[in-house]
Amino acid sequence: MNWMLDYWRSSIGGKVTMAITGLLLFGFLVGHLAGNLLLLSGPEAMNEYAAFLKSKGALLWVVRCGLLAVFVLHVITGIRLARENRNARPIAYARPDTIQASLASRSMVFTGLSTLVFVVYHLLHFTVGVTNPEHFTMETSAGGHNVYGMVTASFSVVGIALAYVAFQVVLFFHLAHGVQSLAHTLGLHHERFTPMIKTASVGVAALITGGNIFLVLSVLLGIVEVQS
Amino acid sequence: MKVVLHIWRQSRPSTSQDFGQDGKMVRYELDDVSADMSFLEMLDILNERLTAKGEEPVAFDHDCREGICGTCSLMINGRPHGPERGTTACQLHMRSFQDGSEIWIEPWRAKSFPVLRDLVVDRGAFDRVVQAGAFISVNTGAAVDANAMPVPKADADKAFDAATCIGCGACVAACKNASAMLFAGAKVSHFLHLPQGQAERDRRVLNLVETMDKEGFGNCTNQYECEAACPKEIPVRVIADMNREYNRARIKS
Repeated sequence: MNWMLDYWRSSIGGKVTMAITGLLLFGFLVGHLAGNLLLLSGPEAMNEYAAFLKSKGALLWVVRCGLLAVFVLHVITGIRLARENRNARPIAYARPDTIQASLASRSMVFTGLSTLVFVVYHLLHFTVGVTNPEHFTMETSAGGHNVYGMVTASFSVVGIALAYVAFQVVLFFHLAHGVQSLAHTLGLHHERFTPMIKTASVGVAALITGGNIFLVLSVLLGIVEVQS
Repeated sequence: MKVVLHIWRQSRPSTSQDFGQDGKMVRYELDDVSADMSFLEMLDILNERLTAKGEEPVAFDHDCREGICGTCSLMINGRPHGPERGTTACQLHMRSFQDGSEIWIEPWRAKSFPVLRDLVVDRGAFDRVVQAGAFISVNTGAAVDANAMPVPKADADKAFDAATCIGCGACVAACKNASAMLFAGAKVSHFLHLPQGQAERDRRVLNLVETMDKEGFGNCTNQYECEAACPKEIPVRVIADMNREYNRARIKS
């Protein structure tokens, strides 16, 4: 295990840790959006899917713990690297300038920490049911957990819906740089494909966050039926 | 032409505790600068005036003034070597500035490059990175016949792109994280594509990265400021080369 810690502590080992955990978390976001799109298929489809996930019992917990471990590793490594980067320049330039670094690339620490805060809120909201217990405890006619009702009731509250939309904009910037950055860190660089990867990075970031925003707005604007 | 200069003045060397916080930006005015002067000649004129007035001249590094030695190291208006692409500060001319411009001149800012005085920094950290692995071991004696070892043109070009590094440190100065990965990557890529570099391939990248980390440089976040600031326009491909090589060597070791 010593060699793993030794590798993690190196600059490139830390970067690669960010890249691999980032890729896994990105994969989760894809699955998360795919599942949530069932909202458009109505209450039965959404609640059946939720019940299906819950029925996996131990397997669900294995996946949850794995996801949490990946997330924690991404956050801890990111904080470590950011601190090292700060320490590497004790005195800032009196007149700084930027030649080509994108806004997204320069705000990774801010967008990353915002994501951490939002994920905590998101879990308290929909997974634990602390912030809006009246939505969390909604039941289906059969007496099961009414996920469709919970989501639509929450997103028809303007404040909650706007908070989710605002966070998706922040997440867009994190992914737009993150996806192309992880490719380069993993050693992928090619004259023809690197420009395509950069474009695709912004594209998939827009698809994921745009998809999420679309779902929130669909509820808020009454395009999908709201249960309350 | 007339210029207003703001120059970092620091009378004693930075240490690991004191990074030169007592230094400050000082304002100077020059009103008879020729547009055909190089940037360093403009500083020479300033220093002549300061010396004539009995003031301490501004210390700055320079040597060949031909853009090949990598000694000049000025952060000009927040950009290493100034506003022109692919140009060292010594090859920059005053015609690149507007009449009446305010020009901010600072030393490279990185913990690994302590300021010795004014605009002069100690780039010994780069020497130690080079000593850690940026070489090949060969027996001395008569030079080997030029074409004895065939190298495909495409590979030679890749190696040469990296070999154009003059070790000036602009990449570190430009990087938001003060990372030396373009420099270290150039050393890896320089030898990676040549048959002569294969014998020490794994040891080289492991030692280079270990030394680079120990020197206290930051970590690359793929913003590519280095590539844009490099006076030799070394591509960030060399960083991807180094990442790959490092992982390969770690897996093998």
